[in-house]
Amino acid sequence: MPMEGSDIAALIKAGIPDADVEMTDLAGDGDHWSARVVSASFAGMPRVKQHQAVYAALGGRMGGVLHALQLTTAVPK
Amino acid sequence: MTDDTNARIDALVKNNPVVLFMKGSPLFPQCGFSSRAIAILERLGVQFESVDVLQDQAIRQGIKGYSDWPTIPQLYVGGEFVGGSDIMMEMYEAGELAELFQKAGAAAAPQA
Repeated sequence: MPMEGSDIAALIKAGIPDADVEMTDLAGDGDHWSARVVSASFAGMPRVKQHQAVYAALGGRMGGVLHALQLTTAVPK
Repeated sequence: MTDDTNARIDALVKNNPVVLFMKGSPLFPQCGFSSRAIAILERLGVQFESVDVLQDQAIRQGIKGYSDWPTIPQLYVGGEFVGGSDIMMEMYEAGELAELFQKAGAAAAPQA
């Protein structure tokens, strides 16, 4: 069951309140999303930890219902 | 995850300077993300070991707990978990991946 981009963004924001989340529908099928997550809380964290913080916010959906979420993380400039 | 699976993953990660857990083989990757990871490693000319998780369900499930990472592929360099294909791409574009391989003594001569 695909997830709506707005639902994915809402989950990420619930887990990382200051996050700026930009969703892109890569294939136009509502199932292959790219998320760009920018948060000051990522400062000083290795990339792996930044991605793990987003996965934690997604509460176990990553790799399950969300098998193809392309993720980019960044600290605000 | 059984202790046996954990020990097998541990040995793979620690006995190989660069190891990629992937779906399929380097010649026939079975998913786009694994394919992208292979393309990056080949572009950097790195010698690496690959593990096809589709051939081993214990490893396929076990690696997710081992690294606390929910998806495949997963790259390990010098015994350390680096990340999946998105992180590999970000690091490749920033030149950080080549640097990491050099530090780990895994870099081949840069390809023209």
